[in-house]
Amino acid sequence: MTLELVGVDAGYGRTQVLRDVNLASEPEGVVAVLGHNGAGKTTLVRTAVGLLRPTRGQVLWDGEDITSLAPHKRVARGLAYVPQGQQSFGQLTTTENLQLVADRARPRARRAALVDAAMERFPALTAVATRKAGLLSGGQRQQLAIARALITEPKLLVLDEPTEGIQPSVVAEIEAAVTDLASSGTAVLLVEQHVGFALAAAARYAVLASGRVVSTGAGGREAHAGVREALTI
Amino acid sequence: MDVIGSQLVAGVSIGSVLLLVAIGLSLTFGQMGVINMAHGEFIMAGAYTAYVVQQILGDAGLSLLVALPVAFAVGGALGALLEQLLVRHMYHRPLDTLLATFGVSLVLQQLARDIFGAPAVDVRTPSWLQGNVEVLGTVVPWTRLFILGVVVVAVGGLALLLTTTALGRRIRAVVLNRQLAETSGISTRATDRLTFVIGSGLAGVAGVVLTLVGSTGPTLGTGYIVDAFLVVVAGGIGQIRGAVLAAFGLGLLQAFVELSTTASIAKFLILVIVVAFLQVRPQGLFTVRTRSLA
Repeated sequence: MTLELVGVDAGYGRTQVLRDVNLASEPEGVVAVLGHNGAGKTTLVRTAVGLLRPTRGQVLWDGEDITSLAPHKRVARGLAYVPQGQQSFGQLTTTENLQLVADRARPRARRAALVDAAMERFPALTAVATRKAGLLSGGQRQQLAIARALITEPKLLVLDEPTEGIQPSVVAEIEAAVTDLASSGTAVLLVEQHVGFALAAAARYAVLASGRVVSTGAGGREAHAGVREALTI
Repeated sequence: MDVIGSQLVAGVSIGSVLLLVAIGLSLTFGQMGVINMAHGEFIMAGAYTAYVVQQILGDAGLSLLVALPVAFAVGGALGALLEQLLVRHMYHRPLDTLLATFGVSLVLQQLARDIFGAPAVDVRTPSWLQGNVEVLGTVVPWTRLFILGVVVVAVGGLALLLTTTALGRRIRAVVLNRQLAETSGISTRATDRLTFVIGSGLAGVAGVVLTLVGSTGPTLGTGYIVDAFLVVVAGGIGQIRGAVLAAFGLGLLQAFVELSTTASIAKFLILVIVVAFLQVRPQGLFTVRTRSLA
C-alpha cells in the first residue's frame, strides 16, 4: 500500500502553505520528510491523514482517490497517524487509551491481545497502565501515542516529529521502535527535524521548504551533505 | 434538629429533581458544548409520553414503569432528529445553536398545545406511590423517594456507560480531543449522534417522573431549563460528578435559604450565589487536570 500526494495545494483559510506537493510513501520502509520549522511538514501530514482538505490536487491510497475520505475511514484502510506533541486522551488511563482503538478490532476476542501486544512493545507503559494519560511524562505519552497507532495494525504509519521534546534516553527507544517497525514490513512516513536519525532510517527522503518539495533522494547517512545543502537553501 | 432534618430531606428531594433534569444536559451541553434550549421540551415530551402511555394502558402503576423506557426512546428520537437536521450543522457555533434550538423549543411547545390542548393534562399517580414515609423525623412523599431512585439508576447507569463500555470510551475520547479521536479510527459524527440521543433520552425520562410532582403542560420544560443549565455550569463543564454535587448542593441551599425567606427570594439568592461562585471559580466545581493539553 502506498500513499501518494499528487499536485497538492493546502493551507488554512487564505494562507496557502503547501504548493504543488508531489510525494509518495514506499510500500515498505521509511520515507523521511525533512524541513525547518514552518516549512509545511505538519500541514503535509494533516493533509495526508485527512484532517485538512487540499485546495488542489489529490491524495491517493494505492491508486484510489481518498481526497475527501474522512480520517477515521482512512484508519480503517490501514493509515495510522501519530501527531506532533505527544497527544493522548488525558482523562483516559493508559489502558483505556489503548482499548479505545482496540475496540474497533474484529473479532472481539482479539482486542485484549492487541492491548497486551502494545504494552509488550513499550514495557514502560505497563507500569503506568492505570494512570491517566494526562499525568504521564512526555516520553511515556509519546510511546502511548505510537502504541495506540500500532494497535490499528497499519499498513502505513505517519509519524509527525516523534522525538521532539523527548528526553534522550526515550528518544533512543522511540528510534529503535520505528526502525524495528520499518524492518518488519510496515511502511513509515516520518516527519523529523532530527536529520541524523531520519536519514539513517529512511530509504528515501524529501526536503520541504516554504511548502514545496525542494529536494528528494535516497536515504542513508551518505545523503547528509545533500540534505544539509537543501535545508540551508 | 427537626428543622435541619426536614430541610435536609427537602434539599435532597429538590436536588434529585434538579439532577434528573440536568443529567442529560450535562452530556449534550457539558460534554459536547451544544446549547440546546429545546432540552426542556424533550422533558415536556417525556411527560406527555407518560400521559399517552397511561391513556393507552389505563393502569397508572404499570403505565409509569412502561413510560420510563418509552420516554427515553421518544426523547432520544427527538434528539436524533434535532441533531441530524440542525445541530450538526452548528457545532462550534454556540450562539447559533442557542437561537436555533430556542426556535425549536417554541415550535415543540406549540405542537404540544395543538395535540393535547393548552391546559395541563392529568397524569395519575400510581397507588403504590401514594402516601408518605417518615425519613429523619420528616414526612416524605413516596413519589420523592421514587424520583431519588430513578436519579440513582440514571446517573449510575450513565457513569457505568461512560467508564466501562466501548461507547463510553469513545464519547470521552471525542470530548477530550475530537481530531485525535477521528485519526484514531473513531467516527466522531456517529459518536456525536449517539451522545445526543442518550442525553435527550434522559430528558425524556426526567419528564416522566416530573409528572409525579407537578402538572403536565406545554411549558413544563421551560421552568426547569435554567435550573438545569445552572447545575451543569456550577458543576464544571463535562463533569458528571460535578453535576451530582452541584444539583444536591443547590437543592440543599434552596431548602435552607427558604427557611428564612420565600421560595422566590430563595431562587433569586441562589442565582446570585452561583454567579458569585462562578466569578471566583469560572470553571465550576471540577476541572480536567492533566500534564498535557489534551
